Amino acid sequence: MSKAASGKRSDLPPILTGVGAVAVFLLICEALIRAGVISQFIVPPPSEIFGSFYRLFTEEHIVRRFFFTTGESLTASIMVAVFGIALGVVIQRYRLLQQACETWVAAFAAAPVVLAYPLFMVIFGRNALTIIVMGFVSGLPPVTLKTIEGISGTRKVLVNVGRSFNLNATQQFWKILFPAAMPTIFVGLRLGLIFALINIVGTEFLINFGGLGQLIEDLAERYDLAGTYSAICFVILVSVLFFMALEKIERWLRPVD
Amino acid sequence: MAAAQPKSEPILVVNDIVVRYETAEGPIVAVDEVSFIVRPGEFLSVIGPSGCGKSSLFNVIGGLLGQHQGTVRVAGETVTGPHKAIGMVFQEESTFPWRNVTDNVAFPLELVGLDRARRAERAKHFISLVGLDGFEKRYPGELSGGMRQRVSLARTLASEPKILLMDEPFAALDEQTRLLLGDKVLQIQQQLQQTMLLITHNITEAVQMSDRILVMTYRPGKVKRIVDIDLPRPRTSEIVTSEAFGRYVAEIWNDLREEASRGMKDEEAYALRHHGTAHE
Repeated sequence: MSKAASGKRSDLPPILTGVGAVAVFLLICEALIRAGVISQFIVPPPSEIFGSFYRLFTEEHIVRRFFFTTGESLTASIMVAVFGIALGVVIQRYRLLQQACETWVAAFAAAPVVLAYPLFMVIFGRNALTIIVMGFVSGLPPVTLKTIEGISGTRKVLVNVGRSFNLNATQQFWKILFPAAMPTIFVGLRLGLIFALINIVGTEFLINFGGLGQLIEDLAERYDLAGTYSAICFVILVSVLFFMALEKIERWLRPVD
Repeated sequence: MAAAQPKSEPILVVNDIVVRYETAEGPIVAVDEVSFIVRPGEFLSVIGPSGCGKSSLFNVIGGLLGQHQGTVRVAGETVTGPHKAIGMVFQEESTFPWRNVTDNVAFPLELVGLDRARRAERAKHFISLVGLDGFEKRYPGELSGGMRQRVSLARTLASEPKILLMDEPFAALDEQTRLLLGDKVLQIQQQLQQTMLLITHNITEAVQMSDRILVMTYRPGKVKRIVDIDLPRPRTSEIVTSEAFGRYVAEIWNDLREEASRGMKDEEAYALRHHGTAHE
């Protein structure tokens, strides 16, 4: 049976195209830097960046720092998911609350929360709690907004099916509204958790405390450009893996749309 | 031979139902003093043009619409909200996309606290009844529109209602699928001796399946007349080729044509009032 007939398409061509495009971009950068078009004092050649990766493991303890940032991120993520969804449910349930708060929450989602880090440092001190709260606050609005949107957007016929089976309010929520809103809530979770991760690394950088963000700050302070860029690449890689893990969880929870 | 016993006590009594809506253009009477009965095992269709209040009537009988005058009694009890004796199948696609076919069909069984093994067993029975064997683990997203409606039908049947109330369940399907699903519904009705009430605007569908057809007028929706369909049972979609079938279709269309024309003129007048003429 041919692949077309089996209905399955290989994932290989798009993956190879993506990797190839990145490789071509890096080669062009390498050539431009070596030719002196781009200054080596601003961007080191990609070969040097890759070459310095091993130093991150042997000298900079990146694994320990990774676990530190992961711990902060997981704590913030759980808080974002629990409080963001709960807040969205409460706001959606009370019309007056929704009319009063939704615009504020949306405005908060667009605000550069990271600039408020001095305030959180004053409140919580220069420690992991400040970083976690920064991540939590930045990740909360998209989850809340998408929870409101998901529950409000539940098709009326599904609600009527629930009513026709005489569901009470609690059953209606857990058996109809919440599962129906899950795809939209997951969009909010993906956004919120990525925002939280970005803000966690950013705050680590700003307050020079913690894991990967502090490492980037340290390397930049030492003017170790290759090390700084390789640490940034590592953070990007962690973000991609984080995003892919969220997608996997979503697929597991909703096998088919 | 009709499935219903002519002299048996009615299982559903709809008495003087009036439904009014407030609109920007003033109050509208959607349903006006509609009364009828349905006997156990009977298949009654309510037919009328768009805007005759069919869906309002569906919601009143199903207990989903509280704002109305008149009473609905099912198996001797007055309907004041959704009633366990009435199972509803909706016009729109209403399967739960996050549940597979078995879990969709088992939904009402889950609500009554049946254990997982019993639920799966009972669900399998109803899945088989609607002809979806082999699709138990599939999700609605993997099924066609007709198959999804059969899942909805099986889910409602699983609650073992005394009356199956259907609101144009095949309206979104093509004619051929609709005829074949009509066969499936007839087969189920004959097998379970299920009392069925179908709301539809499709004359062929109504004649194919019904023992009686209640024809409604355009707004306000009143009972224009009730037609007895004296076609042999058990029936299949082959009945549509018979001369008697054609006569019933023509007879009901004669009743409906005037109502449908009124509805169309009303819609045109509404469009002109709200959007102006094409030349403006």
